[in-house]
Parts: sequence; structure tokens; C-alpha cells
Amino acid sequence: MTITVPALAPVQGRSNRRQQTLWGIALCTFLLLAIIVSPWIIGDSGLNPLLTQRNQPPSFAHPFGTDWLGRDMLSRSLHGMSLSLRVGLLAAAISALIGTGLGLAAGTLGGWVDAVITWIVDVFFSLPHLVLLILIAFAVGGGTQGVIIAVALTHWTSLARVIRAEVLQVTSSDYVHLSRRFGQSSLWISRHHMVPHVIPQLLVGLILLFPHAILHEAALSFIGIGLSPHIPAIGIILAESMRHLSTGYWWLGVLPGLLLLLSVKAFDWLGENVRALLDPKTSQG
Amino acid sequence: MQLRPILLFALQKLLRLGLLLLAVAVFTFVLLSLSPIDPVQAYIGADMMQISPEQRELIADRWGLDQPMIVRFGDWLGQLVQGNWGTSLVFNQPVEAVIATRFQASLQMLAIAWLLSGLLGLGLGILAGALAGSWCDRAIRLYAYTLASAPTFWVALLLLITFSVSLRMTPICCAAPPGVLAADVTIWQHLHHLVLPAITLSIIGIANITLHTRQKLIDVLHSDYVLFARAQGESLSGVIRHHGLRNIILPALTLQFASLSELFGGSVLVEQVFAYPGLGAATVQAALRSDVPLLVGIVFFSALFVYTGNTLADLAYPLIDPRIRLGGWRS
Repeated sequence: MTITVPALAPVQGRSNRRQQTLWGIALCTFLLLAIIVSPWIIGDSGLNPLLTQRNQPPSFAHPFGTDWLGRDMLSRSLHGMSLSLRVGLLAAAISALIGTGLGLAAGTLGGWVDAVITWIVDVFFSLPHLVLLILIAFAVGGGTQGVIIAVALTHWTSLARVIRAEVLQVTSSDYVHLSRRFGQSSLWISRHHMVPHVIPQLLVGLILLFPHAILHEAALSFIGIGLSPHIPAIGIILAESMRHLSTGYWWLGVLPGLLLLLSVKAFDWLGENVRALLDPKTSQG
Repeated sequence: MQLRPILLFALQKLLRLGLLLLAVAVFTFVLLSLSPIDPVQAYIGADMMQISPEQRELIADRWGLDQPMIVRFGDWLGQLVQGNWGTSLVFNQPVEAVIATRFQASLQMLAIAWLLSGLLGLGLGILAGALAGSWCDRAIRLYAYTLASAPTFWVALLLLITFSVSLRMTPICCAAPPGVLAADVTIWQHLHHLVLPAITLSIIGIANITLHTRQKLIDVLHSDYVLFARAQGESLSGVIRHHGLRNIILPALTLQFASLSELFGGSVLVEQVFAYPGLGAATVQAALRSDVPLLVGIVFFSALFVYTGNTLADLAYPLIDPRIRLGGWRS
């Protein structure tokens, strides 16, 4: 197909909203990928203690300053953030699988299956999220696997609700009734009518799950139930900085936290942009 | 005539609460039974090397650990219902006593944070909604979106660095000055230590309610009845007072009561940063030091806390909107 695009983009430097959205997605994805692979690019050189360079405020050589052992905080933060992102991604992916499975089961099977799943979701919502995370992480023995299991087991509820509602809505719609009257099989209906509706919701729900998962991973590590102190996850770096705040080394806490905020925001933007792309209704807002 | 629906409502709520607590009990029990943590080892702790396998057997036998799971669950639930929640290993006190004293300390902080975040959130949301599109709206939205994705403990750290370390306006930790007996703490000292944790919790809680109120107000301002009111010469502030507030306040209230769950979670992190001896800090200690009875007690208590919040929201509806009757009952 040959389409004459140049006529549509006359003004240089200004792109239309679709292009802006695509650029936003590309930028966020690039940023997050860069953070995830950064430890392999910058290597471990900044992690070695260098006692002559202790407690340096941020400078050109050390943009995030150095800590009480003279380690470069930028490389420590990037290592920690990369680890936290990977743990969060894994946990969120498992959570999304659980949420999709249970949401689909509740929506399509109905009856007592629906009742039980809805009730489980209600019970999950009736406990403060952080208390539930602490309980599960504690019960499975803490550590990295404790964090992953706790985050994976507690983040599926809202996604399951969304998917269940979507499936119920599509099932009761006129075109599905019509399709059934025309003699189409359940499989055909689910493939041609359900999947196209559920997939966008699933994708957006999955992406918007990540920031929560990462924040909760960081929170668990921060209070000391998560990853072990030997592995410098971002929460542990922030928890360590607490001990040095009263001496005025503000950069130890502020800058790694800024990196965490940036990563979480990048996921939020990514989710919003993907939603705008997939769901034309919200893109006009 | 008036009493019947209220009684029915209370009965229904209590029944639901019972079912909920039962579910939480089953969930907690199964989770802790399946966990790899050995209860005997968790109880004895570091002295594990000093006891013989026979003594271990004796403890396990005394506790009924060799019984099938369903029997143990029955015993455990029976004790819970009778009010025997066990003894906290960390504090060496009955769990109920620990929760009661710790919650008293947290309650003031939670109450201040809850009220502040509700009022400020509503105010900012109305401001942003009324001036939608202006720089003021943009600034409020940027603030709310940033706060919505900021880690709670990091915001607490920032405030601690700014106000306690740099400006020296607020104390850096704890609920009382060091070296002062609990009985000698004046109310000002108490408030002084309370203010920064409470403000941290409230500025985090603002984001959600602000964005929601803003959206709701914009919806209202675009409705036909507001257009008609404006055509009749009603001013913007009049429209907001007479049409906006009435429509906004109910969902905002629901949201604010539902946020009690978030607030409780936030208090765990904030108390950790400020070393404030409340229930949140006790939760962390219970988990870090394997204090199972206290942790289970806190789980139950937090479920009760969240449920109370939701029930209060239900009770507040008919007071604000007379069209709503308790339990959907209509005369």
C-alpha cells in the first residue's frame, strides 16, 4: 500500500496526537528498559568502597553523591532500581495471570464460581493492602521469594474485577445474543467477541499494575521484610539512608527516591498512553 | 416504624462482619499453617540449640501441633472467640493490651490525617474543578498525580529532611522528647511530635479525593441544570454551593471512608520513618521478630478498622441525603 503521508504532516516539529502518544510510549519503554539493563552497562565499578571519597555531595563525577563507604550512589541506585523493577515485573506478571484467569472464570462460568471469586476479592479488599502484604511475606518466610509471592498474591483483585465486569457486559450485549441465535459456538463467540474487548483492558490493567507492584516491593524492602540487606534493592538503599539523615547527608535519601518516583511515573505514563491508543473513548480527554 | 430498619441494618452488618472475620481467620490460619516457619522454633528463638528433641516433642504435644489441621483450627478459633488472643512475644503483654495502647497513639495521628486530607482534598478538588484548564488547575493536577505515584515512605523522608533536619522545626523521632517519662509529657510536646507524621499521611491521602472531586465537579458544571442556573444569572460560586457540593459530597465521603484502608497501610510506613510508637510500628516489629500472635491480632484489628470505616460511610449517607434509607428500606 502506498499512502502519501507527507501531505498530512506539513508543519515540521509538530506531530498529531497519535504520534505524540506513540512517542510517549516509546520514550517510557526506552527509559524503563534503560534502567533495567543499566547494571550490565555500567558494571560494578561504582559499588566498590572508596574510603577517600566518602560522603561526597552530588557533583559531576558523582551525580547522586557518594555514601558513607565512598560508593557511587548513582550506580547503587541504578542497580537497586533495576532489581526492584525486575522483581516487581515478575510479581505483577504472575498477578496479572491470576487476575485474568479468575476474572474470566467469574465472568463466563457465573453461578457459584462467580460468587466465590467475588467473595474472595471482597475479603482481600477488607484488609489494608500493606498489612496483607506483610502477613503473606512473613508467612512464606520473607526474602526475595516472600516479596514476589506477597505482591503476586495481592495485586490481582482489581484486574479480576475489571475483567469480570467487561466479560459480563459483553455477554449480555445484543450482538452476542444475536451471534448465539445464529448458531455460533461459544468458542467462536469468545474468540471473535470477547477477546477483542478483553485484551485492551488486560493490557492496560497489566501495565497499570506494575507501578503498584514496584511501590509495594519497595515498601516491603524498606521496612525490612523484603529482600535481604545484602542485595541493594531500592527500598533497602532508602532504609539505609535513614540512619544518615540526621547528619545532613540528604542526597542519600532524596535522589534514589527520585529515581523510584521517575520509574513509577514512567509506568503510569506508559499505561495512560497505551490506554489512549487502544480505547478511543478516553483518548479525547 | 423508624426503629425496625435500623435494627435490621445493624443485624445485617453484624452478620457480614462475622462472616468477614471468619474468612480472615480461615485465610490467616491456612497461610500460617502452610508457612515454612516452625512454630516451636519461632517461640523459642535463639535458644533453639539448648533444648533437646524430647523437649521439642513435649512443646509440640502441649500445643497440639500433632493434631489434624481442622481440630487445631477449631481450638484456635474457640480461643479467639473467648477473647484469648495470646501473648505478644515482643512486648511480653497480652495482644489486646498491646493493640489498645498502640492504637491509642496511632488514632490521634490517623484522625488528624484523615480530617486534613478530606478537607484539603475536597477544597483543592473544588478549586481545580471550578477553574478547570487554568494554571491553578494544572498545578493541582500535577501535584495530585505526582503524589499518587510517590512512595509514602519517601515523602515522609523528604519531610523529615526538610522540617526536622534542615529547619529544625519538628522533632526527628518518637512520640515524646527523650528522657521524659510518659506521664510528664505535656500536650504541646505530644502535638509537636504528632504533627509531621500526621501531615505526611494527609498530603499523601489528598491526591485521590482531589482528582475524584475535580472530575465530579466538572461533570456537574457541564450538566443542563447548571447551564440553566447560569442562564438565570447564578454566579459560579452560587452554582458550586447549591448544585456542586450536594452532588460531590456523597462520593467524596465514600472515598474518604474507603481510604481508611490506605491510611492504615500508610501509617505503617510513616511510623517506621518517624519511629513513632504506634500500631503501624508494632506491625513491622511483629513481622520482623516473628511475633505471630501479635501479627494475627493486628490483622484482625485492621479488618475491623476498615469494616468500621465502610459502615460509618453507610450510616452517613441518610444524614446527608434524606432520599437514601438504611438498608434500602423505603416507606
